[in-house]
Amino acid sequence: MVLSHATSDSDGSVHSTFASRYVRTSLPRFKMPENSMPKEAAYQIINDELMLDGNPRLNLASFVTTWMEPECDKLIMSSINKNYVDMDEYPVTTELQNRCVNMIAHLFNAPLGETETAIGVGTVGSSEAIMLAGLAFKRTWQNKRKAEGKPVDKPNIVTGANVQVCWEKFARYFEVELKEVKLSEGYYVMDPQKAVDMVDENTICVAAILGSTLNGEFEDVKLLNDLLVEKNKETGWDTPIHVDAASGGFIAPFLYPELEWDFRLPLVKSINVSGHKYGLVYAGIGWVIWRNKEDLPEDLIFHINYLGADQPTFTLNFSKGSSQIIAQYYQLIRLGHEGYTNVMENCRENMIVLKQGLEKTERFNIVSKDEGVPLVAFSLKDSSCHTEFEISDMLRRYGWIVPAYTMPPDAQHITVLRVVIREDFSRTLAERLVSDIEKVMHELDELPSRVIHKISLGEEKSEANSNNLMVTVKKSDIDIEKQRDIIKGWKKFVSDRKNKTNGIC
Amino acid sequence: MVLSKTASESDVSIHSTFASRYVRNSLPRFEMPENSIPKEAAYQIINDELMLDGNPRLNLASFVTTWMEPECDKLMMESINKNYVDMDEYPVTTELQNRCVNMIARLFNAPLGDGEAAVGVGTVGSSEAIMLAGLAFKRQWQNKRKAQGLPYDKPNIVTGANVQVCWEKFARYFEVELKEVHLREDYYVMDPEKAVEMVDENTICVAAILGSTLTGEFEDVKLLNDLLVEKNKQTGWDTPIHVDAASGGFIAPFLYPELEWDFRLPLVKSINVSGHKYGLVYAGIGWVVWRTKTDLPDELIFHINYLGADQPTFTLNFSKGSSQVIAQYYQLIRLGFEGYRNVMDNCRENMMVLRQGLEKTGRFKIVSKENGVPLVAFSLKDSSRHNEFEVAETLRRFGWIVPAYTMPADAQHVTVLRVVIREDFSRTLAERLVADFEKVLHELDTLPARVHAKMANGNVKKTPEEMQREVTSYWKKLLETKKTSKNTIC
Repeated sequence: MVLSHATSDSDGSVHSTFASRYVRTSLPRFKMPENSMPKEAAYQIINDELMLDGNPRLNLASFVTTWMEPECDKLIMSSINKNYVDMDEYPVTTELQNRCVNMIAHLFNAPLGETETAIGVGTVGSSEAIMLAGLAFKRTWQNKRKAEGKPVDKPNIVTGANVQVCWEKFARYFEVELKEVKLSEGYYVMDPQKAVDMVDENTICVAAILGSTLNGEFEDVKLLNDLLVEKNKETGWDTPIHVDAASGGFIAPFLYPELEWDFRLPLVKSINVSGHKYGLVYAGIGWVIWRNKEDLPEDLIFHINYLGADQPTFTLNFSKGSSQIIAQYYQLIRLGHEGYTNVMENCRENMIVLKQGLEKTERFNIVSKDEGVPLVAFSLKDSSCHTEFEISDMLRRYGWIVPAYTMPPDAQHITVLRVVIREDFSRTLAERLVSDIEKVMHELDELPSRVIHKISLGEEKSEANSNNLMVTVKKSDIDIEKQRDIIKGWKKFVSDRKNKTNGIC
Repeated sequence: MVLSKTASESDVSIHSTFASRYVRNSLPRFEMPENSIPKEAAYQIINDELMLDGNPRLNLASFVTTWMEPECDKLMMESINKNYVDMDEYPVTTELQNRCVNMIARLFNAPLGDGEAAVGVGTVGSSEAIMLAGLAFKRQWQNKRKAQGLPYDKPNIVTGANVQVCWEKFARYFEVELKEVHLREDYYVMDPEKAVEMVDENTICVAAILGSTLTGEFEDVKLLNDLLVEKNKQTGWDTPIHVDAASGGFIAPFLYPELEWDFRLPLVKSINVSGHKYGLVYAGIGWVVWRTKTDLPDELIFHINYLGADQPTFTLNFSKGSSQVIAQYYQLIRLGFEGYRNVMDNCRENMMVLRQGLEKTGRFKIVSKENGVPLVAFSLKDSSRHNEFEVAETLRRFGWIVPAYTMPADAQHVTVLRVVIREDFSRTLAERLVADFEKVLHELDTLPARVHAKMANGNVKKTPEEMQREVTSYWKKLLETKKTSKNTIC
């Protein structure tokens, strides 16, 4: 027993981590280990395994911020042990949240007086923000219906089929029916006319998206507002609008200030925006703002009387870190209007560079518009030999993570690749990406098509099933090839399914 | 125009931050400023204002971790730009979450086979965890009632009045009635007998707390289980139990391993625990585990097929940081069973030191028990002249933040002070705290009584100033009581 003790001692103090026995045992996966290990070993082993994660800055799929200034990193690290919810103990942090809410509300032209405080809250992301907004609509609608003596058991919400998965979560968890306006080829956002047609007496709100996840487009909120005002006049239902500005909320005020999409439209009652997207903060912060007090039912709010002043709180999460809120305030005052405008203009510039580079290859259709979120969504002009999924796979070898998605119904046959231009995606990177995509196209051109064998049903007629997987087999096939193709076919089927229910974000 | 441009440039490159004009303007509060400011100025100004926040490590109110090893800080900073939800892009981080879930499920004796994957998820905290668990129970119960052709519009949940505010949130937001078992003086947890009596056909579950927020007590989950098994036999309702082990989940397995409170009891279907309390991670991580697959209705789960393998997700939040999940894994493997046990032993030791120190003053009555979460809850033996709120206020001057709370119904007349012993609260600090308490009591003894609670008997004539002062302090006290009774006790 003494011998093994000595070995542990020398392990700890003399040997380097990679000379110790800790790198010889595999890390536990199912049960907590019985013994402790030195902190250096724990750090090193976890750090090394994490090397195999993708590089966040090369993750071109995500809208979420992946770079902040070192000064802000410093602020984040020094507040990482502050539990935001202890408002009594951290009054300044609470005040910073309130200032952010006010600033964002003013950015969205909320009808507020000079020193009037805005109604809103910081959340962990747009998911929580949307759930809170939806809850407020549901409760307001229920109260209204109860007062009218009508049934309250079948609330629904009208959105486009291009909604992000959190709306589906809201619908499922809070028992609201989701009525989706289907898309069509070439029209990948919610059609305001169709949306208004779907509104009925049980509709708690219509949700418009400013910055669709799939192709970055801004929905025409003004048109929706005008049509809904008309319908409300006829029906008297008073159906409101919520704008999911998760991506667009920090873009439109700087790049398209004349675009009317926010509280300037009378039916817009609440807006959510992701601080961690174009708010330029790391993952973990969102904001939801209500037009005024009446739009947030009192019975949903829990009141905390802080030093005599009333601090209402309405969040799903309780304890959470304060870092992102402080970081958001840092960005708002560090950059100001001027700074944000510059960042967004740069993103737009680099988006045009990428778009033009892709157009010049003449192999792609650009699906995204110039106006909207700075991203480029594109598909192959000719996808008979190779698909967008293969391009995505091959780009990974160069280090880039560019996802391929199929559109929701009724445009499931369209597959797009999407590159999001974030603050830290410089022109150099854009040019490099274009040249890497060209290399990938060259490589693919030299390879035979992968999913190609066609089973003929007598007269070369092939049936397409719902996933467009045409499988016909030539008579000269060898068994092994057949197996390989079937496997590839199913792989594609599985990844299609994955992408359909994937958290597209 | 040229002149002002030069002035800005010289501001930025030559002047130090405190010499620049940026510290002469007040920071905007309502509207975004028009112009940018240099990053050094932004950092300095915000940092300076934040100096006026309390020091997190002296915040003795909170259970939430306030210190981690520098190696872990390094890991957290490196992963701060990883959006956890991108499972495809960050497969290792996702795997680390799965490993944590498996470890925690086995810590709670979930009935799992050797390589069997546990059912559970990482959340932003126990609030989200409880909402997910409650959602699962609600959906289960609804499906059961629909199958029986019975009404399902009035679900309720039975808990003690000592529940943390997130249960009230769950009830209000998800439209479930909250049936609370009231407390009484000297019994500050849920009485299992009364709880079982309150169970009816609409009860979706009974929630027991392992580590009550107010006094740190562990509720008798075993007794609750046994009584509920009996009742279920009679009624056939099959009412399950959820254990809110937000604080206790990382204490009981190490300090009280023989205590049966987890999946060893057959009626316990789900358990939540806060990683950021005695899981020893910074704020922002919680865990919920279910007993088996059948306890989590499939229709609530969104399926993501990750590289062919099925990755089910069931969370309220979507995008969030990865740092805390990685930090939790770090702690689990860095400390292991041995390490956690040592930490909890130390906490318990220091709790005893503080408790005995307070008892020795002869002025306090200790309300908390020795077994349970390592905290000391105590009230003044004699609060006629000065109350616990004044003690808390005076203690703030010494730097300590020790909150005073009134108990929920039906024990609202009892006020307690509470000190939570966390990992980073050493014995030295405990002894210093006792010394400071003694100083505070000395000071208060020399002051006249502040709040005259007796305004009814009008025999003593008062001057107008005295009346004003009395009325003001009465309303101040009323406000404080209102504040603390609705305060988010956490």
